[in-house]
Amino acid sequence: MSTLERVAAALGGVAHQSLEMRDGCPSIRVSPEDVLAVMTALRERAGFDTNVFVTAIDRYPEEPRFTVVWAFLSTTHNDRVRVYTRVAGATPRVASVTGLWPGTAYSERECFDMFGIEFEGHQGLKRLLMPKDYDHFPLRKDFPHQGIEPDRLYRQWDTRRRERSPLRSESEA
Amino acid sequence: MGSLKPADGHASDTGFFVTQVDWVVNWGRKNSLWPMPLGLSCCGIELMAMIGPKFDIARFGAEAARFSPRQCDLMVVAGTLTWKMAEAARTIYDQMPDPKWVIAMGVCSSSGGMYDSYSVVQGVDMILPVDLYVPGCPPRPDAVIDAILKLQKKIERERPFQLLLEGDAFDEYDSGTKRFLRAPNHAVPTTRSHEVLPPAGPRERA
Repeated sequence: MSTLERVAAALGGVAHQSLEMRDGCPSIRVSPEDVLAVMTALRERAGFDTNVFVTAIDRYPEEPRFTVVWAFLSTTHNDRVRVYTRVAGATPRVASVTGLWPGTAYSERECFDMFGIEFEGHQGLKRLLMPKDYDHFPLRKDFPHQGIEPDRLYRQWDTRRRERSPLRSESEA
Repeated sequence: MGSLKPADGHASDTGFFVTQVDWVVNWGRKNSLWPMPLGLSCCGIELMAMIGPKFDIARFGAEAARFSPRQCDLMVVAGTLTWKMAEAARTIYDQMPDPKWVIAMGVCSSSGGMYDSYSVVQGVDMILPVDLYVPGCPPRPDAVIDAILKLQKKIERERPFQLLLEGDAFDEYDSGTKRFLRAPNHAVPTTRSHEVLPPAGPRERA
């Protein structure tokens, strides 16, 4: 039984848009609201027990703007599957799969950090690599690679540091 | 301690005694630089090689690398400084006692280097006053040793005793270019060389 057949059997009766081989890997296209049902079928019935990554593709200025991609690995069958969905750019929102694969918590946080995609049901979806108060999402296509005021948070911290300090600079006195 | 500048005039009388004291102080300072190795990426490896026996920075008195900033007077920023790390780097710089010098080692810390990016500080002179820039990616240990020798020459030219009387020309942050355009001259032993104490309160005046 090939991977495609096993995945197709697992997805029987579960709503999804398409299932085809792409680059030698079964790829499932789903609509955002069916994500959790498809994931549950893959986990429970097709034996995909490991999440490889969660990431997104920004297709700015196309709409729907983001493609969220998951890749899963079955350690018992030694094969992989890819799931992707298109979400709108205004409020990119998709269901979290941390209930099925707890390890996706970090991947989803990174995806949120870089693309601003909100994973509903994620416990503690906050910045992972960028500073806590950062305003922008660096891997979006409309983000300039030199950043937007990259020193803003540092300057805020520096101002607070100078105010806290018992010593004052002559130029500020 | 604040500036010892007298209230009624300036003491710029550079006599024989003052210049000799300057010479002795500078001699002591330049031959016992204690580096604070802020190894942030691959430059840190070259820095370790420089301290190690092959290149042997001990020949120039700067081998005592201390990992506490409170024991150091030479900060070597070796590697890529990110904005997230910038607060830590500035805190380490503030914790170093005066007099202190900074070497920006490698192109990343000098100018951002190839990381023309939102996450990388485009030159550590955006957050610290820098005395010497060393080009290279990473620079060879010889180049950094050369920078230390140049820094020793720079220290020789400082006038610590004279400036102790006159007041410090502190480093200036230029808000237009967002950079520290020149290094302090380390005259007044305050906690930070570019800052002076606020005016003394009534108790101190009496």
